[in-house]
Amino acid sequence: MRSRASLLGGAIALLVSLVVFVVPFAFIVLMAFKDRRQANLLDFSWPNGVHLWDNLVTVVTTRNWMLVTAFINSTILTVVSVTLLVLLGAMVGFVLSRRKTRWNPLAEFLILSGLMIPPAVVPTIWLLQGLQLFGTLSGMILIEVAYNLPFTIILYRAFIATIPRDLDEAAIIDGGRPMDIFFKVILPLLWPVTVTNIVVQSVGIFNDFTNPLYYLPGNANATVQLTLYNFQSQFNTAYNLLFTNIALITIPPLIVFLFFNRQIVAGMTAGAVKG
Amino acid sequence: MVTAIASTANGRRSPYPGWFFLPAAIVYGVFFLMPTFASFYFSLTRWSLFEASFIGLENFIQFFREPFLVKGLVNTVLYAAVTSGMKVVIGLLLALMLTSQIMGRGLLRALVFFPVLVSTIGVGITFTVLMHPTKGAINEGLSLLGIAGPGWLTDPSLALFSVALVDVWKGVGLATVIYIAGIVAIPKDYYEAARIDGGTKFQNFLYITLPLSRPATATVITLSFIGGLRTFDLIWAMTKGGPGFASDTIASVIYKQYQSGFFGLSTAGNVVLFILIAVLVVPITAVLNRREGHQ
Repeated sequence: MRSRASLLGGAIALLVSLVVFVVPFAFIVLMAFKDRRQANLLDFSWPNGVHLWDNLVTVVTTRNWMLVTAFINSTILTVVSVTLLVLLGAMVGFVLSRRKTRWNPLAEFLILSGLMIPPAVVPTIWLLQGLQLFGTLSGMILIEVAYNLPFTIILYRAFIATIPRDLDEAAIIDGGRPMDIFFKVILPLLWPVTVTNIVVQSVGIFNDFTNPLYYLPGNANATVQLTLYNFQSQFNTAYNLLFTNIALITIPPLIVFLFFNRQIVAGMTAGAVKG
Repeated sequence: MVTAIASTANGRRSPYPGWFFLPAAIVYGVFFLMPTFASFYFSLTRWSLFEASFIGLENFIQFFREPFLVKGLVNTVLYAAVTSGMKVVIGLLLALMLTSQIMGRGLLRALVFFPVLVSTIGVGITFTVLMHPTKGAINEGLSLLGIAGPGWLTDPSLALFSVALVDVWKGVGLATVIYIAGIVAIPKDYYEAARIDGGTKFQNFLYITLPLSRPATATVITLSFIGGLRTFDLIWAMTKGGPGFASDTIASVIYKQYQSGFFGLSTAGNVVLFILIAVLVVPITAVLNRREGHQ
């Protein structure tokens, strides 16, 4: 009797969580299939006919293929930022966990500050303007690197602490120069945490809305998240297109999730627990 | 080997060169630290980006005098408290469910976590439509049950709470996986001992799982509290701080003041947020970590 009641409770909990977490995504997909008139009813209904292709074509070609430009911009931003983050973060994490100097406490303090302090928006814009970097992809890349370094370093430092020092000492004895030791011995050993970092930071930077909104204005520079925001007003009466756009920009994180689920979860929880 | 040690000792060719810090330090120093320091000065000015005239604490006085700015301050704390509280409770419950022997556990874990990776703006727009007072799917569903759903985002007393709910929906997956990691790490011996002593499931939860997942709780609270205080994109996507100023937070006020060209006031908002985080988060983490130490 008791076990049947708990089984029933479990089934209900399961069903509720299933509905809560599936319905919003089902809604996005259904809306992307509808035509304009039906989509604007905003209801949760089966599409009367498949209009996905028409919607896709309209969304992609709107405003001079803005979405394509945005995907290119977002890809460049993500790839370059993440490459720099991995390189700079691994270098700091390596020295920070291997060598105890009087600079370490300062570095630790700065890392924690970086995780907590909200970036000072307008002074950053002022600085970027002074450096001729405001509204440029290069400026945006440097901003993403600066803002995401602390988390990257934390992940690297925790992982490097688990690699035996014997390995670097063997390389030192073999007469390796510091650069060689780092790039040829240490960096390849860090591959698992590098994958984690790449995945976690790519998703974060690809999804970033606030920073491009402030530091990368202008249609030519639009990133993927900003197209959504721009289309929100433009497509006010065409919800099918708005939701087709949402579905499109959800695909990259979905792919990453399908292939790297384990690394993402490991990275987010490890970084969280150690940080 | 001798030469290796010698060269390490005189420090010129350490295998762990200090200059490895340099590239990161330059980027971080220039693009994060400098603006942060500059913000303390510019928050005391009337500022056009080209000219700054010093006006003392006037921006801050305005911040605490204008009712809608004060509202933003209160909302920010409320939002952070509500979202982190709900993420702790729901995250723990989901983690308990997802570490027990249930059907489709792997699929469900994936479903709960996936929203963490989805665009916040996309989620915001989706829920804005689902929460439409008359046509939205949520209120349609409620009316099937005979309940008249509220105006989730149009009722000023409810708007902030509705956005917080969506924040929980999107972020609870992270809390859940942190709790799962914590629960899985608890040695099975404890449950074994409790079983021999005839402990019930509820006692297991109360005396074993809950206290031993305290580090996870500390992490979830810290992360979601900081995230909640800084939140901007979800609020902007769903209500833009409205109706009126009902769901404004400091971060949305910073953006609005920036848009209106009040750069000094906007920067003062930044400093207020900075102080708020320091004042609230530092003691909270200190308390959480101290208790952890006593375990």
